[in-house]
Amino acid sequence: MSRSYIPHWIHWLGSPPNFYRFAGAWRPWLMAAALAAGAIGLYGGLVLAPPDYQQGDAYRIIFIHVPSAWMSLAIYAGMAVAGLIALVWRVKLAEVIAMESAPIGAAFTLVTLVTGSLWGKPMWGTWWTWDARLTSELVLLFLYLGVIGLYHAFEDRRRGARAASLLALVGVVNLPIVHYSVQWWNTLHQGSTVDLFGRSSIAPSMLWPLLVMALATHLYYFASILGRARTDLLSLESGKQWVRELVEEQPAQRQGAPT
Amino acid sequence: MVSTPSNALGPTRARQGQAARTPTAWHACRALLRRDFVLAWRRRGELFLPLLYAVIVTALFPFALGPDPQLLGRIAGGVLLVIVVLAMLPALDSMFRSDLEDGTLEQWLLAPQPLALLALTRVIAHWLTTVLPLLVVMPLLGALLDLPAGVLPVLLVALLLATPLLALLGSVLSALAAGARRSGILLALMLLPLAVPVVIFAAGAIAAAQSGMPYLAPLAWLAAALAMAIVLAPLACAAALRIAVES
Repeated sequence: MSRSYIPHWIHWLGSPPNFYRFAGAWRPWLMAAALAAGAIGLYGGLVLAPPDYQQGDAYRIIFIHVPSAWMSLAIYAGMAVAGLIALVWRVKLAEVIAMESAPIGAAFTLVTLVTGSLWGKPMWGTWWTWDARLTSELVLLFLYLGVIGLYHAFEDRRRGARAASLLALVGVVNLPIVHYSVQWWNTLHQGSTVDLFGRSSIAPSMLWPLLVMALATHLYYFASILGRARTDLLSLESGKQWVRELVEEQPAQRQGAPT
Repeated sequence: MVSTPSNALGPTRARQGQAARTPTAWHACRALLRRDFVLAWRRRGELFLPLLYAVIVTALFPFALGPDPQLLGRIAGGVLLVIVVLAMLPALDSMFRSDLEDGTLEQWLLAPQPLALLALTRVIAHWLTTVLPLLVVMPLLGALLDLPAGVLPVLLVALLLATPLLALLGSVLSALAAGARRSGILLALMLLPLAVPVVIFAAGAIAAAQSGMPYLAPLAWLAAALAMAIVLAPLACAAALRIAVES
């Protein structure tokens, strides 16, 4: 009974000082990898990939738009999982990860909406249409904003994190309902005018930059969450011994550096 | 948070075998309902505020869009639906806030009755006191906007299904926001994603009725969602109340 199913390193990583050091060590490498993958992906997408036979060069916005849209959903899922862990097991680190994921996810959602709107103007002739996909993405943005707003409305940050985690879980149930109800609503009024993903296949020369960009956005998210969680842990644990030790050894290093 | 004397009271009473004095779930819910009705009646001036809001907003639409009866009649159903949703918002904020501040919620948590049941009772009392008056004046507001007479029953049925659903969803958000320093616009931001499907189906029924098409399917969807929300929302609300009370 005392044997745990959870590997030891998860317990080790769940401790704030350990996570602080782990995140500090990994963040630069992840960020460098994200930038490198982003550069390769953008070069492949903007320079190497041929123009589309129908859309010309305008389609190239998908190399930003589609990875952002994937990230907006993936980060929400990650936030909800971290929120569930925070609610059930009261893991402080899970609260931090869930709450620090929300602004990154909201930013990706905003990028998705803005790039989609920029693409929609020349392609569909309008900045915005109440298509099911667009509406769901907009609702997703509001869900993110609600989570961020609720978190910051609390005096006690850990209580705020738990309340916002519960809201994120409610949103997980809500999001598919919104998506299907919006589809139902739009088919009631009029058929979908443009089928964005109607093409059954995408050329390999366009596919690989897209996948590299998806990798880059994932790496960026991990680098970003490590950095954000690191600073958040510092302020949450500001009264603890390990932070005191960290602060006390920091000036010594700084004094050694040339001023 | 937990004061020992009141905590010890429940078990001692049960041990003394005074079964008659330990209130059953039904008694507790009835007492809660009566308390909420008395409180609402003592502050009956506040009951009229959502009504007043709905009447004012409804009266503004003809000024903004022009008094053309055809145009007003076409948009009346959707407009009234949105007005009801907006009129429900301010009252949602106060669903649990005062109870959290005066410690009533802590007694709820300590009570032998399940917290979800008490939360459901509160939602019912809230709906009866703040939302039902809105539905009563709906025929009047419909007349102001030249709503076609045949659409009015469908609008009322859609609202009868949609407003309890919104109140149940709103109770979860209200419980979440009760512990926060400020809510107000935050509650609107959180309610919007949850309200989207409800508004879509209610408006779908109204639009179908207006164009002479079968309108039962969206109403059935609303009823199904309401049945699910009656079971699930109080549980989520209870979880949110626990977060709000614990410090």
